[in-house]
Amino acid sequence: MTAEQTRRDFLKSSGALVVCFSATTLEPFALEQGRGGAAQRSQVDVKLLDSWVGVAADGSVTAHTGKCELGQGIQTAQAQLIAEELSVAVESVKLVMCDTSICPDQGTTSGSQSHPTNFNHANLALACATARETLIDLAATRLGVPRDQMTVDRGVASARTDPQKKVTYAELVGGKAFTIPVNPSAKRKDPREWTVLGKPVARVDLPAMVTAQLEYVHNVRVPGMVHGAVVRPPEVGAALKSVDEASVRSLPGFIKVVVRKNFVGVVAEKPWQAMRAAAALKAEWSAGSGLPPQAGFYDYLRKQPSRDTHVVDSGDVDETSARAATIVKATYRHPYQMHGSMGSSCAVADVQSDRVTVWSSTQSAYPTRSGVATVLGVPAERVRVVFTRGSGCYGINGADTVAYDAALLSQGVGRPVRVQLSRKDEMAWENYGFAYVIDERVALDGAGNIIAWNHESWAPSLGGRPGYETPGNVVTGMLAGFEPAPFAPRSPAPPPAGRFNNGSNAAPSYVTGCVGGACGGTGTVKSERVLTHTIRSPFFTGPLRSPSRLQNTFAHESFMDEIAARVKADPVEYRLRHLRDPRLVDVVKAAAKAAAWETRPSPRASQGPLAKGRGIACVLYEGDNGYCALVAEVDVDRASGRIVVKRLVASQDCGPISSPDGMKSQIEGGALQGMSRALGEEVTWDDRKVTSVDWRTYHSLTLGAQVPAIESVLINRPDGEAMGAGETTITLVAAAIGNAVFDATGARLREVPFTPERVKAALAAPPSAGL
Amino acid sequence: MPVSLRVNGRTHTVDVDPQTPLLYVLSDDLALRGPKFGCGLGQCGACTVIAGGRAIRSCVTPVSSVDGADLVTLEGLGTIESPHPLQRAFIDTQAAQCGFCLNGVILTAKAFLDQNPKATDVQIQQAMSGVLCRCFTNVRMMDAIKRYREKTA
Repeated sequence: MTAEQTRRDFLKSSGALVVCFSATTLEPFALEQGRGGAAQRSQVDVKLLDSWVGVAADGSVTAHTGKCELGQGIQTAQAQLIAEELSVAVESVKLVMCDTSICPDQGTTSGSQSHPTNFNHANLALACATARETLIDLAATRLGVPRDQMTVDRGVASARTDPQKKVTYAELVGGKAFTIPVNPSAKRKDPREWTVLGKPVARVDLPAMVTAQLEYVHNVRVPGMVHGAVVRPPEVGAALKSVDEASVRSLPGFIKVVVRKNFVGVVAEKPWQAMRAAAALKAEWSAGSGLPPQAGFYDYLRKQPSRDTHVVDSGDVDETSARAATIVKATYRHPYQMHGSMGSSCAVADVQSDRVTVWSSTQSAYPTRSGVATVLGVPAERVRVVFTRGSGCYGINGADTVAYDAALLSQGVGRPVRVQLSRKDEMAWENYGFAYVIDERVALDGAGNIIAWNHESWAPSLGGRPGYETPGNVVTGMLAGFEPAPFAPRSPAPPPAGRFNNGSNAAPSYVTGCVGGACGGTGTVKSERVLTHTIRSPFFTGPLRSPSRLQNTFAHESFMDEIAARVKADPVEYRLRHLRDPRLVDVVKAAAKAAAWETRPSPRASQGPLAKGRGIACVLYEGDNGYCALVAEVDVDRASGRIVVKRLVASQDCGPISSPDGMKSQIEGGALQGMSRALGEEVTWDDRKVTSVDWRTYHSLTLGAQVPAIESVLINRPDGEAMGAGETTITLVAAAIGNAVFDATGARLREVPFTPERVKAALAAPPSAGL
Repeated sequence: MPVSLRVNGRTHTVDVDPQTPLLYVLSDDLALRGPKFGCGLGQCGACTVIAGGRAIRSCVTPVSSVDGADLVTLEGLGTIESPHPLQRAFIDTQAAQCGFCLNGVILTAKAFLDQNPKATDVQIQQAMSGVLCRCFTNVRMMDAIKRYREKTA
């Protein structure tokens, strides 16, 4: 849908919007929005069927969703869901995603929550089931046929016994509202009867994408639109002292310099003119706050004030460890990494006296609406965010911050403004994925079994998703005078409370995860302690695909391999020995089988210049959101330290599979993105500023990279709950590759990325170094 | 300064600063959706256009330097109804995630294979070494490019 169409539709439909301000009184039903959801602040009432789905006069189905297409294929999967539940063709489904004027508030599209949220027994799926049941009721009445004798196919309801007795959806309700609530007990179709869901449906957006017809936010044009560019501080923590507008006033196309505390931007008639003016603008800044040296940063983290949390603590880890036959310990390090979107982030904002419209590729339409309102000082009701496709974002790229940029500049000049960040502004100020340093320690009994597991981590954090309340969590909000979420040190950690929550996979798969008498872990080790320390980060941080889960899992799964090697056990067998969740067991076995895993202890430590090895890793993502195991096969060139990943075999179980090819695509993309992160990606800085600011200084794999064969084993669980599939594989890649390198060479990699220098250093180190 | 551009078979005259990178003229003045700003540094490929049969980076190409040249952008290859065989191969292999890189991927591959129709896999890989896909759709994209090579060989 083009921006023009969206606007026309909005004008046409806005008069018919159901206004329901009582929605702030939350009922359990309305809260079922997944973890991305928050307090509901939308005029779209999720309890009404018309908020979700409608049938047009031509029989086409239009649905509204709060889960948006980021490149992960959720548009197609949701179209399949709607087509399946309503028994219509995928082609007749129109999906409007994340437009705050008409779509339900489903929080943020993140955390692999789109499937749990919209594909189970609530929200979009329930609305579609309600619609189908309602349409069948209407058809049965209209035709005088008992309801249980009705059948539906491609939008036509007919009597089973007499196919001539039929009526189309269009004839039943075409163009009219349902005006009924979503029925909480509407029944979804049995997954065994699916004909559209569960099938490999082609991406509905792909033909427009490959022919350059799809409108990205970068392509949005509105009448009277001009162009903005931002001027960020030269150093972290620098404050604006003065701006000399005269330095750019004579430049072609120049319109205005807009300043708001430390936020500085320039508006010009044309994009190139705006970028030139931003580069030429004379601005004086104070010195920055200085940065801790990158060398030694992990040790620095251990010494800072921290907020401490016990994820689990059985209280007996030290006691159990005291009677252990063997103690094994190791430390793992993971750097800050970037989302590093392919396209630098872009937004268009039109701030008028009575209303504000923002075209944005944000993952968080409603929270961005609130954030823009706060930054501009206008009521959120006056702001409309129109989600428009963007460059892949993987958690939070600059989409939110640039939406604020565009809004501030538009407010400053009173005209619609388009802003696209420079590459450097995207990379120097984004919300990086967390750095981590992790100490792992286990106690083993005389038979080599784990009897106690102790995990302690230190990770820096600052800002994050702005949510509805905290625009200072991203750079523009902070520059404009809003504080990031406060950091509150807390030490020592209080005892774990509530239920076991492994949302960050801080607890390894091999512990029982017992909190308050209930055990939610997937493993057998009862003596368990997981203590996390959060430190105030010098840089903004935020969720990067598998946030914390990846870093923690790198440590757990590398360490599990180290323990298995210590007791000379096969890495697969040793994992299975300590797992009790049958579905996790199944993915491990499935990956091992598909990879023709050779049962033997690691390392093989083959001789010769090219060492070959295999490694495995597994996880239940977030403790409850997707099972995955991954086998990596690598070659290691001993002389150069170069790792070549030859083959990746992933097995995955995320409940009933809705879109098998989409799931495979996510496995493949996750596997290679994980490989890029494991082998090369690392944010760098000097004593004042970030220095990884383009594709020469931040090292991503390109399309010229030698990539492994990737095989996927999809395990379908028709009776299970829908889980996420977008972040499972990537969680395992660094560990699986590191374990394969160990198998090949006997050298253990404990710090990401696995650069050739680090591989060579590990090859030169004695086997026990770092333990 | 007026500059004459021939884009996808049509001639346009635009009045711009001759130093303006070609990308801005294509994406802003001509409102084309194919060429995209990815880095502005010629490092990622998102802005690629084919000029006189060669893939160039329009974000670092002054518009004056292509005055009169024959330019092809992604929309110049085919349409949704009738995609170019290379675009067709990308649809057949479902080779995209966010799709932001597709412009650079498809045009770089096309320009290279037009000149090297019998290129080996390794040569294709080398030709694509300056093109990024941050969703890492590498496997399917390379598969699509090779399928196109087989069909046109």
